[in-house]
Amino acid sequence: MSSIKKILGLVWMILGPVIILFLIQQAYEKIGIAEVGIDKTNTALQWSIIILIFIPICAGLVIFGKYAWDGEYDKLPEGVED
Amino acid sequence: MSSNKNNESQSITQVIAASSLGTLIEWYDFYIFGSLAVIIGHHLFPSDAGASALINTLAIFAAGFIVRPFGALVFGRLGDLVGRKYTFLLTLVLMGGSTFLIGLIPSYESIGYAAPILVLILRLVQGLALGGEYGGAATYVAEHAPKGKRGFYTSWIQTTATLGLFLSLGIIILTKNLIGAEEFADWGWRIPFLLSILLVGVSIYIRLKMHESPVFTKLKTEGKISANPLKESFQKKANFKMVLLALFGATMGQGVVWYTGQFYAQSFLENTCKLDFNESRYILLWAILFATPFFVIFGAWSDKVGRKWIMLTGMLLGVLFYRPIYQYFIDATNVKEMSKTEVVTSSEPIIKLEVSDTSQDSVTTTTIHKSLASGMSYTETQTKVVPGDVLVAIPELKVAISEVKLSSNTYILFILLVFFQVLLVTMVYGPIAAFLVELFPTQIRYTSMSLPYHIGNGVFGGLVPFIATLVASYSGSTPLSGLWYPIGIAAISIIIGAVYIENKVDKTVMDK
Repeated sequence: MSSIKKILGLVWMILGPVIILFLIQQAYEKIGIAEVGIDKTNTALQWSIIILIFIPICAGLVIFGKYAWDGEYDKLPEGVED
Repeated sequence: MSSNKNNESQSITQVIAASSLGTLIEWYDFYIFGSLAVIIGHHLFPSDAGASALINTLAIFAAGFIVRPFGALVFGRLGDLVGRKYTFLLTLVLMGGSTFLIGLIPSYESIGYAAPILVLILRLVQGLALGGEYGGAATYVAEHAPKGKRGFYTSWIQTTATLGLFLSLGIIILTKNLIGAEEFADWGWRIPFLLSILLVGVSIYIRLKMHESPVFTKLKTEGKISANPLKESFQKKANFKMVLLALFGATMGQGVVWYTGQFYAQSFLENTCKLDFNESRYILLWAILFATPFFVIFGAWSDKVGRKWIMLTGMLLGVLFYRPIYQYFIDATNVKEMSKTEVVTSSEPIIKLEVSDTSQDSVTTTTIHKSLASGMSYTETQTKVVPGDVLVAIPELKVAISEVKLSSNTYILFILLVFFQVLLVTMVYGPIAAFLVELFPTQIRYTSMSLPYHIGNGVFGGLVPFIATLVASYSGSTPLSGLWYPIGIAAISIIIGAVYIENKVDKTVMDK
Protein backbone atom coordinates (compact mmCIF):
# COMPACT_ATOMS: atom_id res chain seq x y z
CA MET A 1 0.00 0.00 0.00
CA SER A 2 2.84 2.37 0.83
CA SER A 3 4.25 2.09 -2.68
CA ILE A 4 0.83 2.84 -4.21
CA LYS A 5 0.53 5.91 -1.98
CA LYS A 6 3.99 6.98 -3.07
CA ILE A 7 3.41 6.46 -6.80
CA LEU A 8 0.06 8.21 -6.66
CA GLY A 9 1.85 11.05 -4.84
CA LEU A 10 3.78 11.60 -8.05
CA VAL A 11 0.49 11.64 -9.98
CA TRP A 12 -0.92 14.36 -7.70
CA MET A 13 2.23 16.43 -8.06
CA ILE A 14 1.89 16.29 -11.83
CA LEU A 15 -1.90 16.69 -11.82
CA GLY A 16 -1.80 20.06 -10.01
CA PRO A 17 -0.01 22.01 -12.78
CA VAL A 18 -1.77 19.97 -15.48
CA ILE A 19 -5.18 21.11 -14.19
CA ILE A 20 -4.08 24.75 -14.23
CA LEU A 21 -2.71 24.44 -17.78
CA PHE A 22 -5.94 22.70 -18.83
CA LEU A 23 -8.04 25.49 -17.34
CA ILE A 24 -5.93 28.16 -19.06
CA GLN A 25 -6.23 26.32 -22.37
CA GLN A 26 -9.99 25.90 -21.88
CA ALA A 27 -10.38 29.57 -20.99
CA TYR A 28 -8.48 30.62 -24.12
CA GLU A 29 -10.59 28.31 -26.28
CA LYS A 30 -14.00 29.00 -24.73
CA ILE A 31 -13.70 32.76 -24.57
CA GLY A 32 -13.05 32.66 -28.31
CA ILE A 33 -16.16 30.65 -29.16
CA ALA A 34 -18.57 32.19 -26.65
CA GLU A 35 -21.95 32.93 -28.13
CA VAL A 36 -23.08 36.53 -28.43
CA GLY A 37 -25.33 36.40 -25.36
CA ILE A 38 -22.60 34.79 -23.27
CA ASP A 39 -19.97 37.15 -24.63
CA LYS A 40 -21.70 40.06 -22.93
CA THR A 41 -21.15 38.48 -19.54
CA ASN A 42 -17.39 39.10 -19.44
CA THR A 43 -16.49 35.46 -19.86
CA ALA A 44 -12.83 36.40 -19.61
CA LEU A 45 -13.49 37.74 -16.12
CA GLN A 46 -15.33 34.56 -15.09
CA TRP A 47 -12.58 32.30 -16.33
CA SER A 48 -9.93 34.48 -14.64
CA ILE A 49 -11.77 34.07 -11.34
CA ILE A 50 -12.05 30.32 -11.81
CA ILE A 51 -8.34 30.02 -12.60
CA LEU A 52 -7.41 32.31 -9.70
CA ILE A 53 -9.42 30.16 -7.28
CA PHE A 54 -7.97 26.90 -8.49
CA ILE A 55 -4.30 27.99 -8.46
CA PRO A 56 -3.93 27.73 -4.63
CA ILE A 57 -6.02 24.54 -4.59
CA CYS A 58 -3.78 22.94 -7.22
CA ALA A 59 -0.74 24.13 -5.24
CA GLY A 60 -2.27 22.28 -2.28
CA LEU A 61 -2.62 19.18 -4.47
CA VAL A 62 1.07 19.38 -5.35
CA ILE A 63 1.98 19.68 -1.64
CA PHE A 64 -0.34 16.76 -0.88
CA GLY A 65 1.46 14.73 -3.57
CA LYS A 66 4.83 15.70 -2.12
CA TYR A 67 3.75 14.57 1.35
CA ALA A 68 2.50 11.28 -0.11
CA TRP A 69 5.75 10.82 -2.00
CA ASP A 70 7.68 11.46 1.23
CA GLY A 71 5.64 8.79 3.03
CA GLU A 72 3.83 11.21 5.35
CA TYR A 73 0.57 9.29 4.91
CA ASP A 74 2.04 5.81 5.45
CA LYS A 75 1.14 5.94 9.12
CA LEU A 76 -1.66 8.25 10.19
CA PRO A 77 -2.25 9.33 13.80
CA GLU A 78 -4.70 7.16 15.76
CA GLY A 79 -7.24 9.84 16.59
CA VAL A 80 -6.52 13.25 18.00
CA GLU A 81 -4.58 11.95 21.01
CA ASP A 82 -1.44 11.48 18.90
CA MET B 1 -28.21 7.53 37.94
CA SER B 2 -31.38 7.59 35.88
CA SER B 3 -31.86 11.29 36.64
CA ASN B 4 -28.28 12.04 35.54
CA LYS B 5 -28.87 10.18 32.33
CA ASN B 6 -32.02 12.18 31.71
CA ASN B 7 -30.21 15.46 32.38
CA GLU B 8 -27.35 14.48 30.10
CA SER B 9 -29.76 13.42 27.40
CA GLN B 10 -31.78 16.61 27.71
CA SER B 11 -28.66 18.73 27.63
CA ILE B 12 -27.42 17.06 24.46
CA THR B 13 -30.84 17.47 22.87
CA GLN B 14 -30.71 21.18 23.67
CA VAL B 15 -27.20 21.44 22.30
CA ILE B 16 -28.24 19.78 19.05
CA ALA B 17 -31.40 21.88 18.81
CA ALA B 18 -29.58 25.18 19.39
CA SER B 19 -26.79 24.34 16.96
CA SER B 20 -29.08 22.88 14.34
CA LEU B 21 -31.67 25.66 14.41
CA GLY B 22 -29.04 28.32 13.82
CA THR B 23 -27.44 26.31 11.04
CA LEU B 24 -30.84 25.63 9.51
CA ILE B 25 -31.59 29.35 9.37
CA GLU B 26 -28.22 30.14 7.90
CA TRP B 27 -28.72 27.59 5.17
CA TYR B 28 -32.22 28.93 4.56
CA ASP B 29 -30.81 32.42 4.15
CA PHE B 30 -28.19 31.13 1.81
CA TYR B 31 -30.49 29.10 -0.41
CA ILE B 32 -33.30 31.51 -1.05
CA PHE B 33 -30.82 33.46 -3.12
CA GLY B 34 -29.91 30.40 -5.21
CA SER B 35 -33.53 29.39 -5.69
CA LEU B 36 -34.55 32.87 -6.82
CA ALA B 37 -31.51 33.51 -9.04
CA VAL B 38 -33.58 33.90 -12.22
CA ILE B 39 -35.99 36.44 -10.70
CA ILE B 40 -33.28 38.33 -8.82
CA GLY B 41 -31.28 38.52 -12.06
CA HIS B 42 -34.12 40.42 -13.73
CA HIS B 43 -34.11 43.03 -10.97
CA LEU B 44 -30.35 43.44 -10.64
CA PHE B 45 -29.34 43.72 -14.28
CA PRO B 46 -30.55 45.60 -17.38
CA SER B 47 -33.78 44.18 -18.79
CA ASP B 48 -32.10 43.28 -22.12
CA ALA B 49 -29.33 41.25 -20.44
CA GLY B 50 -31.08 37.92 -21.20
CA ALA B 51 -29.02 34.80 -20.34
CA SER B 52 -26.17 36.94 -19.07
CA ALA B 53 -28.35 38.15 -16.18
CA LEU B 54 -28.75 34.56 -14.97
CA ILE B 55 -25.05 33.78 -15.36
CA ASN B 56 -24.08 37.00 -13.57
CA THR B 57 -26.53 36.28 -10.77
CA LEU B 58 -25.14 32.75 -10.49
CA ALA B 59 -21.68 34.35 -10.35
CA ILE B 60 -22.84 36.51 -7.42
CA PHE B 61 -24.29 33.36 -5.86
CA ALA B 62 -20.96 31.57 -6.42
CA ALA B 63 -19.06 34.52 -4.89
CA GLY B 64 -20.80 33.77 -1.60
CA PHE B 65 -19.44 30.24 -1.75
CA ILE B 66 -15.96 31.27 -2.75
CA VAL B 67 -15.44 33.47 0.33
CA ARG B 68 -16.60 30.74 2.71
CA PRO B 69 -13.05 29.41 3.25
CA PHE B 70 -12.00 32.93 4.33
CA GLY B 71 -14.90 32.97 6.79
CA ALA B 72 -13.66 29.60 8.02
CA LEU B 73 -10.23 31.10 8.70
CA VAL B 74 -11.49 34.30 10.36
CA PHE B 75 -14.20 32.76 12.52
CA GLY B 76 -12.41 29.44 13.00
CA ARG B 77 -9.49 31.33 14.55
CA LEU B 78 -11.89 33.31 16.69
CA GLY B 79 -13.65 30.12 17.79
CA ASP B 80 -10.39 28.48 18.83
CA LEU B 81 -9.36 31.63 20.71
CA VAL B 82 -12.50 32.91 22.46
CA GLY B 83 -14.77 29.89 22.28
CA ARG B 84 -17.36 28.20 20.10
CA LYS B 85 -20.50 29.75 21.55
CA TYR B 86 -19.87 33.46 20.97
CA THR B 87 -18.30 32.90 17.58
CA PHE B 88 -21.22 31.13 16.07
CA LEU B 89 -23.55 33.68 17.66
CA LEU B 90 -21.72 36.39 15.74
CA THR B 91 -21.91 34.47 12.45
CA LEU B 92 -25.66 34.12 12.92
CA VAL B 93 -26.17 37.88 13.36
CA LEU B 94 -24.06 38.68 10.28
CA MET B 95 -25.87 36.12 8.20
CA GLY B 96 -29.37 37.18 9.23
CA GLY B 97 -28.60 40.89 8.88
CA SER B 98 -27.20 40.61 5.38
CA THR B 99 -30.08 38.42 4.21
CA PHE B 100 -32.63 40.90 5.51
CA LEU B 101 -30.85 43.74 3.71
CA ILE B 102 -30.83 41.85 0.38
CA GLY B 103 -34.62 41.96 0.61
CA LEU B 104 -34.46 45.76 0.73
CA ILE B 105 -32.04 46.43 -2.15
CA PRO B 106 -33.59 48.64 -4.88
CA SER B 107 -33.63 47.30 -8.43
CA TYR B 108 -31.30 48.12 -11.33
CA GLU B 109 -33.91 50.50 -12.71
CA SER B 110 -33.72 52.59 -9.52
CA ILE B 111 -30.00 52.68 -8.71
CA GLY B 112 -28.26 51.14 -11.73
CA TYR B 113 -25.20 48.96 -11.19
CA ALA B 114 -25.14 49.88 -7.50
CA ALA B 115 -27.87 47.21 -7.12
CA PRO B 116 -25.77 44.16 -8.11
CA ILE B 117 -22.71 45.62 -6.34
CA LEU B 118 -24.62 45.99 -3.04
CA VAL B 119 -26.05 42.51 -3.35
CA LEU B 120 -22.57 41.16 -4.09
CA ILE B 121 -21.23 42.81 -0.89
CA LEU B 122 -24.08 41.37 1.21
CA ARG B 123 -23.61 38.01 -0.42
CA LEU B 124 -19.92 38.10 0.54
CA VAL B 125 -20.87 38.82 4.16
CA GLN B 126 -23.31 35.87 4.03
CA GLY B 127 -20.59 33.61 2.69
CA LEU B 128 -18.07 34.73 5.33
CA ALA B 129 -20.59 34.15 8.11
CA LEU B 130 -21.56 30.73 6.80
CA GLY B 131 -17.86 29.87 6.62
CA GLY B 132 -17.64 30.41 10.34
CA GLU B 133 -20.94 28.86 11.31
CA TYR B 134 -20.76 25.24 10.35
CA GLY B 135 -17.40 24.41 11.96
CA GLY B 136 -18.60 25.97 15.19
CA ALA B 137 -21.86 24.05 15.27
CA ALA B 138 -20.25 20.71 14.35
CA THR B 139 -17.44 21.16 16.87
CA TYR B 140 -19.87 22.28 19.57
CA VAL B 141 -22.10 19.22 19.15
CA ALA B 142 -19.20 16.78 18.72
CA GLU B 143 -17.56 18.03 21.91
CA HIS B 144 -20.81 17.37 23.79
CA ALA B 145 -21.52 13.96 22.22
CA PRO B 146 -21.00 10.79 24.26
CA LYS B 147 -18.58 8.07 23.16
CA GLY B 148 -19.58 6.08 20.12
CA LYS B 149 -22.41 8.44 19.15
CA ARG B 150 -20.58 11.31 17.53
CA GLY B 151 -21.68 10.32 14.04
CA PHE B 152 -25.27 10.05 15.19
CA TYR B 153 -25.38 13.39 17.04
CA THR B 154 -23.49 15.46 14.48
CA SER B 155 -25.63 14.04 11.69
CA TRP B 156 -28.53 16.12 13.04
CA ILE B 157 -26.59 19.22 12.06
CA GLN B 158 -26.06 17.67 8.66
CA THR B 159 -29.80 17.50 8.14
CA THR B 160 -30.06 21.28 8.50
CA ALA B 161 -28.40 22.08 5.20
CA THR B 162 -31.06 20.05 3.47
CA LEU B 163 -33.89 21.22 5.71
CA GLY B 164 -32.80 24.83 5.12
CA LEU B 165 -33.16 24.21 1.41
CA PHE B 166 -36.50 22.53 2.07
CA LEU B 167 -37.69 25.48 4.15
CA SER B 168 -36.54 28.01 1.56
CA LEU B 169 -38.31 26.17 -1.26
CA GLY B 170 -41.43 25.77 0.88
CA ILE B 171 -41.62 29.49 1.75
CA ILE B 172 -40.94 30.48 -1.86
CA ILE B 173 -43.73 28.25 -3.17
CA LEU B 174 -46.12 29.36 -0.42
CA THR B 175 -45.43 33.05 -1.02
CA LYS B 176 -45.76 32.63 -4.76
CA ASN B 177 -49.04 30.76 -4.46
CA LEU B 178 -50.43 33.32 -2.00
CA ILE B 179 -49.67 36.47 -3.97
CA GLY B 180 -49.54 35.11 -7.53
CA ALA B 181 -46.69 34.58 -9.95
CA GLU B 182 -46.62 38.11 -11.38
CA GLU B 183 -46.64 39.86 -8.02
CA PHE B 184 -44.01 37.44 -6.77
CA ALA B 185 -41.72 38.19 -9.71
CA ASP B 186 -42.30 41.92 -9.21
CA TRP B 187 -41.83 42.40 -5.46
CA GLY B 188 -42.88 39.19 -3.63
CA TRP B 189 -39.44 37.59 -4.04
CA ARG B 190 -38.29 39.97 -1.28
CA ILE B 191 -40.59 38.38 1.33
CA PRO B 192 -38.48 35.21 1.94
CA PHE B 193 -35.44 37.46 2.52
CA LEU B 194 -37.28 39.74 4.95
CA LEU B 195 -38.86 36.83 6.83
CA SER B 196 -35.46 35.49 7.79
CA ILE B 197 -35.04 38.20 10.44
CA LEU B 198 -37.78 36.59 12.56
CA LEU B 199 -36.12 33.19 12.41
CA VAL B 200 -32.74 34.67 13.29
CA GLY B 201 -34.22 36.43 16.35
CA VAL B 202 -35.54 33.12 17.72
CA SER B 203 -32.24 31.38 17.10
CA ILE B 204 -30.18 34.10 18.80
CA TYR B 205 -32.42 33.86 21.84
CA ILE B 206 -31.88 30.09 22.07
CA ARG B 207 -28.16 30.27 21.49
CA LEU B 208 -27.63 32.95 24.12
CA LYS B 209 -28.92 30.50 26.73
CA MET B 210 -26.38 27.81 25.84
CA HIS B 211 -23.11 27.11 27.68
CA GLU B 212 -19.65 26.89 26.17
CA SER B 213 -18.37 23.48 24.98
CA PRO B 214 -17.08 21.43 27.98
CA VAL B 215 -13.96 20.32 26.12
CA PHE B 216 -13.06 23.89 25.19
CA THR B 217 -13.86 25.14 28.70
CA LYS B 218 -11.54 22.50 30.19
CA LEU B 219 -8.79 23.49 27.79
CA LYS B 220 -9.26 27.16 28.62
CA THR B 221 -9.22 26.50 32.37
CA GLU B 222 -5.97 24.61 31.98
CA GLY B 223 -4.53 27.44 29.90
CA LYS B 224 -3.96 25.14 26.92
CA ILE B 225 -5.81 27.01 24.18
CA SER B 226 -3.78 27.76 21.10
CA ALA B 227 -2.13 31.18 20.91
CA ASN B 228 -2.18 31.13 17.13
CA PRO B 229 -4.60 28.56 15.67
CA LEU B 230 -3.91 29.57 12.06
CA LYS B 231 -0.19 29.03 12.44
CA GLU B 232 -0.66 25.72 14.24
CA SER B 233 -3.17 24.47 11.69
CA PHE B 234 -1.34 25.31 8.54
CA GLN B 235 2.34 25.63 9.42
CA LYS B 236 2.70 22.41 11.39
CA LYS B 237 3.15 19.62 8.90
CA ALA B 238 1.37 17.06 11.13
CA ASN B 239 -1.83 19.14 11.01
CA PHE B 240 -1.53 20.60 7.55
CA LYS B 241 -1.18 17.18 5.93
CA MET B 242 -4.48 16.19 7.57
CA VAL B 243 -6.13 19.39 6.29
CA LEU B 244 -5.04 18.46 2.75
CA LEU B 245 -6.16 14.86 3.19
CA ALA B 246 -9.58 15.96 4.47
CA LEU B 247 -9.98 18.28 1.49
CA PHE B 248 -8.87 16.04 -1.36
CA GLY B 249 -9.98 12.71 0.05
CA ALA B 250 -13.38 13.66 1.43
CA THR B 251 -14.84 17.19 1.36
CA MET B 252 -14.01 17.88 -2.29
CA GLY B 253 -16.01 14.86 -3.50
CA GLN B 254 -18.68 15.39 -0.88
CA GLY B 255 -19.14 19.00 -2.00
CA VAL B 256 -19.81 18.18 -5.65
CA VAL B 257 -22.15 15.29 -4.81
CA TRP B 258 -24.07 17.59 -2.45
CA TYR B 259 -24.55 20.42 -4.93
CA THR B 260 -25.27 18.18 -7.89
CA GLY B 261 -28.06 16.37 -6.06
CA GLN B 262 -29.61 19.31 -4.29
CA PHE B 263 -28.98 22.23 -6.61
CA TYR B 264 -27.95 21.26 -10.08
CA ALA B 265 -30.78 18.72 -10.35
CA GLN B 266 -33.43 21.40 -9.85
CA SER B 267 -31.61 23.93 -12.02
CA PHE B 268 -31.31 21.30 -14.78
CA LEU B 269 -34.98 20.35 -14.60
CA GLU B 270 -36.04 23.97 -14.78
CA ASN B 271 -33.58 25.45 -17.28
CA THR B 272 -32.67 22.50 -19.52
CA CYS B 273 -35.78 20.32 -19.32
CA LYS B 274 -38.04 23.42 -19.14
CA LEU B 275 -40.09 21.92 -16.35
CA ASP B 276 -42.77 24.07 -14.78
CA PHE B 277 -41.45 26.30 -11.91
CA ASN B 278 -43.57 24.66 -9.21
CA GLU B 279 -43.23 21.15 -10.56
CA SER B 280 -39.42 21.18 -10.48
CA ARG B 281 -39.52 22.48 -6.91
CA TYR B 282 -42.10 19.96 -5.74
CA ILE B 283 -39.97 17.15 -7.16
CA LEU B 284 -37.01 18.35 -5.12
CA LEU B 285 -39.15 18.89 -2.03
CA TRP B 286 -40.52 15.34 -2.10
CA ALA B 287 -37.08 13.89 -2.74
CA ILE B 288 -35.58 15.86 0.15
CA LEU B 289 -38.43 14.96 2.46
CA PHE B 290 -37.96 11.22 1.93
CA ALA B 291 -34.17 11.34 1.96
CA THR B 292 -33.52 13.57 4.98
CA PRO B 293 -33.85 10.80 7.64
CA PHE B 294 -30.96 9.03 5.93
CA PHE B 295 -28.53 11.71 7.14
CA VAL B 296 -29.11 10.41 10.65
CA ILE B 297 -29.18 6.76 9.55
CA PHE B 298 -25.83 7.00 7.77
CA GLY B 299 -24.37 9.17 10.55
CA ALA B 300 -25.34 6.58 13.18
CA TRP B 301 -24.18 3.70 10.97
CA SER B 302 -20.79 5.38 10.57
CA ASP B 303 -20.34 5.09 14.36
CA LYS B 304 -20.40 1.32 13.89
CA VAL B 305 -18.68 0.65 10.55
CA GLY B 306 -16.49 3.74 10.14
CA ARG B 307 -16.96 6.91 8.13
CA LYS B 308 -14.80 6.29 5.09
CA TRP B 309 -16.56 3.65 3.00
CA ILE B 310 -20.02 5.10 3.46
CA MET B 311 -18.83 8.43 2.09
CA LEU B 312 -16.81 6.92 -0.76
CA THR B 313 -19.69 4.65 -1.83
CA GLY B 314 -21.93 7.71 -2.11
CA MET B 315 -19.38 9.41 -4.36
CA LEU B 316 -18.87 6.28 -6.50
CA LEU B 317 -22.60 5.85 -7.12
CA GLY B 318 -22.72 9.49 -8.22
CA VAL B 319 -19.87 8.99 -10.69
CA LEU B 320 -21.60 5.92 -12.15
CA PHE B 321 -25.19 7.13 -12.32
CA TYR B 322 -25.24 10.91 -12.89
CA ARG B 323 -25.06 10.75 -16.67
CA PRO B 324 -27.74 8.04 -17.14
CA ILE B 325 -30.07 9.88 -14.74
CA TYR B 326 -29.71 13.26 -16.47
CA GLN B 327 -29.96 11.64 -19.90
CA TYR B 328 -33.30 10.21 -18.79
CA PHE B 329 -34.43 13.67 -17.61
CA ILE B 330 -33.73 15.00 -21.11
CA ASP B 331 -35.36 12.09 -22.95
CA ALA B 332 -38.50 12.14 -20.81
CA THR B 333 -39.09 15.86 -21.32
CA ASN B 334 -38.16 16.14 -24.98
CA VAL B 335 -41.66 17.22 -26.03
CA LYS B 336 -40.51 18.50 -29.41
CA GLU B 337 -39.87 14.90 -30.48
CA MET B 338 -43.18 13.65 -29.09
CA SER B 339 -45.51 16.40 -30.16
CA LYS B 340 -46.09 15.39 -33.77
CA THR B 341 -48.00 12.21 -32.99
CA GLU B 342 -49.09 12.53 -29.40
CA VAL B 343 -50.80 15.90 -29.07
CA VAL B 344 -54.38 15.28 -28.02
CA THR B 345 -55.52 18.79 -27.17
CA SER B 346 -54.31 22.26 -28.06
CA SER B 347 -55.58 25.46 -26.53
CA GLU B 348 -56.73 28.37 -28.65
CA PRO B 349 -53.57 30.20 -29.76
CA ILE B 350 -52.91 33.56 -28.14
CA ILE B 351 -51.40 35.80 -30.79
CA LYS B 352 -49.58 39.06 -30.12
CA LEU B 353 -48.22 41.34 -32.81
CA GLU B 354 -45.63 44.02 -32.08
CA VAL B 355 -43.93 46.36 -34.53
CA SER B 356 -40.62 47.94 -33.59
CA ASP B 357 -40.66 51.75 -33.86
CA THR B 358 -37.05 51.96 -34.96
CA SER B 359 -36.40 48.97 -37.25
CA GLN B 360 -40.01 48.41 -38.36
CA ASP B 361 -39.47 44.67 -37.68
CA SER B 362 -42.75 42.97 -36.87
CA VAL B 363 -42.73 40.30 -34.17
CA THR B 364 -45.63 37.85 -33.96
CA THR B 365 -45.77 35.71 -30.83
CA THR B 366 -48.12 32.73 -30.78
CA THR B 367 -48.61 30.88 -27.52
CA ILE B 368 -50.35 27.49 -27.47
CA HIS B 369 -50.84 25.17 -24.54
CA LYS B 370 -50.66 21.52 -25.62
CA SER B 371 -51.51 18.26 -23.86
CA LEU B 372 -50.08 14.90 -24.86
CA ALA B 373 -51.65 11.44 -24.77
CA SER B 374 -49.16 10.41 -22.08
CA GLY B 375 -50.58 13.01 -19.69
CA MET B 376 -47.80 15.51 -20.19
CA SER B 377 -48.48 19.12 -21.11
CA TYR B 378 -46.42 22.12 -22.13
CA THR B 379 -46.57 25.63 -23.53
CA GLU B 380 -45.23 26.26 -27.02
CA THR B 381 -44.29 29.81 -27.97
CA GLN B 382 -43.62 30.54 -31.63
CA THR B 383 -41.91 33.83 -32.34
CA LYS B 384 -41.90 34.99 -35.94
CA VAL B 385 -39.82 38.03 -36.80
CA VAL B 386 -40.41 39.69 -40.18
CA PRO B 387 -37.65 42.25 -40.87
CA GLY B 388 -38.89 45.73 -41.72
CA ASP B 389 -36.24 46.02 -44.41
CA VAL B 390 -37.94 44.55 -47.51
CA LEU B 391 -34.57 43.75 -49.10
CA VAL B 392 -33.75 41.20 -46.39
CA ALA B 393 -37.33 40.20 -45.62
CA ILE B 394 -36.73 36.55 -44.73
CA PRO B 395 -38.97 35.76 -41.77
CA GLU B 396 -37.27 34.11 -38.83
CA LEU B 397 -39.27 31.56 -36.80
CA LYS B 398 -38.27 30.42 -33.31
CA VAL B 399 -40.10 27.81 -31.26
CA ALA B 400 -39.61 27.71 -27.52
CA ILE B 401 -40.98 25.17 -25.04
CA SER B 402 -41.77 26.08 -21.45
CA GLU B 403 -43.87 25.06 -18.42
CA VAL B 404 -43.54 21.35 -19.13
CA LYS B 405 -45.70 19.28 -16.80
CA LEU B 406 -45.07 15.56 -16.45
CA SER B 407 -47.47 12.63 -16.50
CA SER B 408 -48.09 11.01 -13.10
CA ASN B 409 -45.80 8.05 -13.72
CA THR B 410 -42.94 10.17 -15.04
CA TYR B 411 -43.42 12.60 -12.17
CA ILE B 412 -42.99 9.80 -9.63
CA LEU B 413 -39.98 8.47 -11.49
CA PHE B 414 -38.41 11.95 -11.47
CA ILE B 415 -38.96 12.15 -7.71
CA LEU B 416 -37.29 8.76 -7.29
CA LEU B 417 -34.31 9.78 -9.41
CA VAL B 418 -33.83 13.03 -7.50
CA PHE B 419 -34.39 11.10 -4.25
CA PHE B 420 -31.58 8.75 -5.29
CA GLN B 421 -29.28 11.74 -5.80
CA VAL B 422 -30.21 13.18 -2.41
CA LEU B 423 -29.67 9.74 -0.87
CA LEU B 424 -26.10 9.90 -2.18
CA VAL B 425 -25.88 13.32 -0.51
CA THR B 426 -26.88 11.75 2.80
CA MET B 427 -24.19 9.08 2.40
CA VAL B 428 -21.40 11.57 1.81
CA TYR B 429 -22.66 14.29 4.11
CA GLY B 430 -24.16 12.39 7.07
CA PRO B 431 -20.87 11.15 8.52
CA ILE B 432 -18.59 13.99 7.44
CA ALA B 433 -18.87 16.27 10.49
CA ALA B 434 -17.79 13.44 12.79
CA PHE B 435 -15.04 12.49 10.34
CA LEU B 436 -13.63 16.03 10.30
CA VAL B 437 -13.92 16.61 14.04
CA GLU B 438 -11.96 13.42 14.72
CA LEU B 439 -9.06 14.46 12.49
CA PHE B 440 -7.96 17.47 14.54
CA PRO B 441 -7.10 18.31 18.18
CA THR B 442 -9.33 20.61 20.26
CA GLN B 443 -6.95 23.62 20.25
CA ILE B 444 -7.22 24.06 16.50
CA ARG B 445 -10.29 21.99 15.65
CA TYR B 446 -12.59 24.87 14.67
CA THR B 447 -9.98 26.38 12.34
CA SER B 448 -8.60 23.15 10.91
CA MET B 449 -11.87 21.42 10.09
CA SER B 450 -13.60 24.54 8.77
CA LEU B 451 -11.12 25.22 5.99
CA PRO B 452 -11.26 21.87 4.13
CA TYR B 453 -15.00 21.71 4.69
CA HIS B 454 -15.62 25.09 3.13
CA ILE B 455 -13.16 24.71 0.27
CA GLY B 456 -14.80 21.37 -0.49
CA ASN B 457 -18.34 22.64 -0.21
CA GLY B 458 -17.97 26.33 -0.95
CA VAL B 459 -15.52 26.20 -3.82
CA PHE B 460 -15.80 22.73 -5.36
CA GLY B 461 -19.47 22.25 -4.53
CA GLY B 462 -20.68 25.83 -4.80
CA LEU B 463 -19.23 26.16 -8.27
CA VAL B 464 -21.20 23.17 -9.61
CA PRO B 465 -24.23 25.16 -10.88
CA PHE B 466 -22.04 27.96 -12.22
CA ILE B 467 -19.35 25.86 -13.95
CA ALA B 468 -21.85 23.29 -15.20
CA THR B 469 -24.13 26.01 -16.65
CA LEU B 470 -21.14 27.82 -18.14
CA VAL B 471 -19.71 24.67 -19.75
CA ALA B 472 -23.10 23.56 -21.09
CA SER B 473 -23.72 27.00 -22.62
CA TYR B 474 -20.81 26.89 -25.05
CA SER B 475 -21.32 25.83 -28.64
CA GLY B 476 -20.34 22.23 -29.28
CA SER B 477 -21.29 21.08 -25.80
CA THR B 478 -24.29 18.94 -24.93
CA PRO B 479 -26.69 19.52 -22.00
CA LEU B 480 -24.82 16.76 -20.16
CA SER B 481 -21.37 18.32 -20.63
CA GLY B 482 -21.63 20.22 -17.37
CA LEU B 483 -21.76 16.94 -15.45
CA TRP B 484 -18.14 16.16 -16.23
CA TYR B 485 -17.12 18.64 -13.57
CA PRO B 486 -18.77 16.91 -10.55
CA ILE B 487 -17.98 13.46 -11.97
CA GLY B 488 -14.28 14.27 -12.42
CA ILE B 489 -13.89 15.86 -8.98
CA ALA B 490 -15.73 12.99 -7.24
CA ALA B 491 -13.60 10.41 -9.08
CA ILE B 492 -10.34 11.99 -7.89
CA SER B 493 -11.70 12.23 -4.35
CA ILE B 494 -12.65 8.52 -4.38
CA ILE B 495 -9.11 7.47 -5.35
CA ILE B 496 -7.48 9.70 -2.73
CA GLY B 497 -9.98 8.72 -0.04
CA ALA B 498 -9.72 4.99 -0.77
CA VAL B 499 -5.93 4.96 -0.74
CA TYR B 500 -4.99 7.46 1.97
CA ILE B 501 -7.83 7.70 4.49
CA GLU B 502 -8.18 5.14 7.26
CA ASN B 503 -11.59 3.71 8.06
CA LYS B 504 -11.71 4.41 11.75
CA VAL B 505 -14.03 5.78 14.40
CA ASP B 506 -12.20 7.80 17.01
CA LYS B 507 -13.45 6.81 20.47
CA THR B 508 -12.93 10.22 22.02
CA VAL B 509 -12.22 13.73 20.86
CA MET B 510 -10.74 14.63 24.25
CA ASP B 511 -7.05 15.44 23.91
CA LYS B 512 -4.47 14.03 26.26
